[in-house]
Amino acid sequence: MILPQIFHDWFDRQGWQPHPHQLALLAAKGDSLLIAPTGGGKTLAGFLPSLVELAPVEGPDGYLENREERRGLHTLYVSPLKALTADIARNLGRPVAELGLDIRIEDRTGDTGSAQRRRQRVDPPHVLLTTPESLALMLSYPEAPAIFGGLRRVVLDELHALAESKRGDQLMLGLARLRALSPGVRVTGLSATVEDPQALAGFMAGAAPVEIVEPDPGPDPDIAMLPTAAPAPWAGGGGHYAIPEVLAAVREARTTIIFINTRAQAELFFQALWAANDENLPIGLHHGSLAREQRARVEAAMAAGELRAVVATGSLDLGIDWGAVDLVIQVGAPKNVKRLVQRIGRANHRYNAPSKARIVPANRFEQIECVAALQAVTARDLDGDPRGPGPLDVLCQHILLTACAAPFDADALFAEVVTAGPYRGLSRADFDACLDFAATGGYALRAYDRWQRLMLRDGLWRLRDPRAARLLRMNVGTIVEAEMLKVRMRGRGGAPLGEVEEAFAASLTPGDSFLIGGRVVRMDSLRDMVIQVTPDASQQPKIAVFSGVKLAMSTQLAHRVQAMIGDPVQHTALPKDTRDWLGLQARVSRLPEPGLLLSETFPHAGLWHFAIYGFAGRNALQTLGLLLTREMEEEGLGPLGFLSTDYALLVWSLDPVRDPAPLIDAARLRAGLGDWLGENAVMKRTFRNVAVVAGLIQRNMPGARKSGRQATFSSDILYDTLRKYDPDHLMLRVTADEAGRGLVDFGRIEEMLARSPRREHRVLERVSPLAAPLLLEVGRVPIRGEGRERLAQIEADALMREAGLVA
Amino acid sequence: MSYGFDFHGLQLQARGSGALWWPDGRWLIVADLHLGKSERMARRGGPLLPPYEGLATLDRLGAEIAALDPVAVVSLGDGFDDMAAVQALDAQVALRLAALAQGRDWVWIGGNHDPAAPLGMPGRALDSLSLGQVALRHQAGQGPDISGHYHPAVRLAGERRRAFLLGADHLILPAFGAYTGGLICDDPVLAALVPRGLAIACGTRPVVMPLGLAARPRRGWR
Repeated sequence: MILPQIFHDWFDRQGWQPHPHQLALLAAKGDSLLIAPTGGGKTLAGFLPSLVELAPVEGPDGYLENREERRGLHTLYVSPLKALTADIARNLGRPVAELGLDIRIEDRTGDTGSAQRRRQRVDPPHVLLTTPESLALMLSYPEAPAIFGGLRRVVLDELHALAESKRGDQLMLGLARLRALSPGVRVTGLSATVEDPQALAGFMAGAAPVEIVEPDPGPDPDIAMLPTAAPAPWAGGGGHYAIPEVLAAVREARTTIIFINTRAQAELFFQALWAANDENLPIGLHHGSLAREQRARVEAAMAAGELRAVVATGSLDLGIDWGAVDLVIQVGAPKNVKRLVQRIGRANHRYNAPSKARIVPANRFEQIECVAALQAVTARDLDGDPRGPGPLDVLCQHILLTACAAPFDADALFAEVVTAGPYRGLSRADFDACLDFAATGGYALRAYDRWQRLMLRDGLWRLRDPRAARLLRMNVGTIVEAEMLKVRMRGRGGAPLGEVEEAFAASLTPGDSFLIGGRVVRMDSLRDMVIQVTPDASQQPKIAVFSGVKLAMSTQLAHRVQAMIGDPVQHTALPKDTRDWLGLQARVSRLPEPGLLLSETFPHAGLWHFAIYGFAGRNALQTLGLLLTREMEEEGLGPLGFLSTDYALLVWSLDPVRDPAPLIDAARLRAGLGDWLGENAVMKRTFRNVAVVAGLIQRNMPGARKSGRQATFSSDILYDTLRKYDPDHLMLRVTADEAGRGLVDFGRIEEMLARSPRREHRVLERVSPLAAPLLLEVGRVPIRGEGRERLAQIEADALMREAGLVA
Repeated sequence: MSYGFDFHGLQLQARGSGALWWPDGRWLIVADLHLGKSERMARRGGPLLPPYEGLATLDRLGAEIAALDPVAVVSLGDGFDDMAAVQALDAQVALRLAALAQGRDWVWIGGNHDPAAPLGMPGRALDSLSLGQVALRHQAGQGPDISGHYHPAVRLAGERRRAFLLGADHLILPAFGAYTGGLICDDPVLAALVPRGLAIACGTRPVVMPLGLAARPRRGWR
């Protein structure tokens, strides 16, 4: 396909030239994947073929005439963000109007009103902008073949981000459906820079291969550490020491995005920034726990060019094209080289201009990580783990939603599912197990023959009770959030501020103050699952902990860091204060080095702590944590919990670990794998996600928890029951598979032990320099054992004494 | 493991399992078994939960019966998740129940989920029962009484545990059934019934804590 004259004219009027990659996508014969940093007209590139196909053509008499009249859906655009669909609708509206095209563009997300949704099912627009969840929902309606039957093109935006989660698996199953409903539909993927373009192409491919379009990446980014007057603190700190330099950099740039890894840190940094913002530079805050209204306001101000900077978490990793961003500041270690490169790309909205980025390590350990990451960026050495096969819980949901649309034939559905990239290797046995689960629950005890969800009749599987479709559709999607409570200003219709995790809310009592949306508020009451607050800056606030947003450092980066710490020659690349810090660690304890496994025992906050520096990645160290605490439980040390980071494992207990050698014996650890791994909190958390996605338990509906509290019970109970009475059940297998991906197999621990033949243990009087950052990490895993029993008794006794009672 | 106390002249023991033991009469009292819950949810078009909660509940009840050899077992209401669940009860669960009831008095007190007598089940059905001056009923009423219904729970050392609530007029039992949630004891409904007293948290060892104090839970590194 070539670019028609009216498009050339339009480009001329803008003073633009079509980019080579835009023309390349236009010329593509089949499915294609464009891999390019943000900017450079990537979205327009994705839509250009659709606009050309929908544009009028020059007839034999020289006049423009419409191609055969276009009715119905031509192009489906899928993005991971609802906000992005609205943004695209606006951005696309301009060229469409200027080109005089008669094209209807609408979005369709969870926020779309029911009247418009109904209309879209009967009379779809030419271009529909949506999310993977809304697509899955639309495909579950009986009208799906009519809506999508004439579909010509699909644009998948931010495909690299979708491919990182189960949302991508669900989308690919939906895509397989679309390809079946409309043979010949052409699919274009748009992605940021990734380490393995071939793998991403395989992920989105149907029967035919995908053409990869990779334009010249442009000039190398201008990226460096942000020099600061004050040294980075020993630990934690969230980068506040660099506030003056960050403000100065914001002042010099036009628009800056300041990325921070966690929501809590973003809140704190935002507050500290404003405390020093004497010039009142307009600076906003954006993260996923803020109320939608709040986020929309910041996005609008940013789009209008009214903000000089936004403090953001991963919530701004994607989308919203703000042409003016010319500086990215990353506060805290980037954890992952690929993500750093993608974030740097956010300051690249002028084609072929170098992106500018500055990095602010939050503490001295992170300085090492930042230097290692910069070296990796310069070497264009991207990290990333290969994607696993499509998870079966997503397939279970897909089967149920397919039945909502129409009765289906199992053989035909299986044939369709294996055309989806992630499910190419799916066995028929696994498919049948998922079908059995969807139909009967898949239990060894065939209890539900009368109440099957799906029945086989006349060779087709169908819903036993068509009314079940409503419940199934309410459960659509693969994102399972932690239980969140809304936070609102007190009074009728008080302004929504955002959400906090239920576990954090449970730790609040009326009168406590905490930080949200950049302000300190006091908790007044908790009613109907809403926390009512009033502004109150008089107290030191508690910090809300949002456990769901922790980034994991890539193993590649962890190994770079280990090599740097262990090799004094490389210390010269580090700032002086970091060299001093490592020097102090060498004096009070010692430095870990390749071939040596260092561990430390020290008291802190009334409990004993045991740290082990394995540099094996968060997942392997988490597995080690689960196994090690089991051994400690057996030794009667009363372990209470642990946390793992990419470089170390920290366990806290009532009694100290004095000699770790027998505890970290590979054979002994392996012996504990079976039961203990099955009983721990990580597995239960994984099970909950799997069970919700597969439709074993219903997602909590808004308001459903409001009154029927006795009726709801923890998914942990289901997990324990299944383990005891039906250990071979599909959901347990899927949980183990998923945890296996998260927890990583035992091989990595054995590899770590084999890699470190020398062991050294230090007993210290207090926290060591290297251990200090661990104490500030989130993501603690509680251990339910004798230690917790003792602690419960201590706590209850203290309350009894306080009450003047004797237990 | 149990915690012994006096309630209006009755010497009682709160068991870590969530059952109440009256040693003088050798009565074992449990509340809210909710047998047949998974079947009822499936019947009503809900999710197909693991259909093992009956076995799980009776395994735990069976362990208490084996340990204590009670003369009478009292279900304080909501023994079944609804009356239809009685008819649909899994054969294995029904057999198990019959075996447990063998040789002892078994009383089904009616609850809001199972107001009528469970036909075909062992034992007898009553609306309420008296132990001295104390009434045994499903939902707390005119005290002194022993009841269930609310599935009380407490937060202790960072986790949620089922709990007995012991006040001046009311003793409220935790739910014994496997698939049952809990209502935290500071909920207004429970705080009105037991404004002051003790909570006895279930677990390997029952843990006693005060109720109705302004005391704040201890915070810190967990």
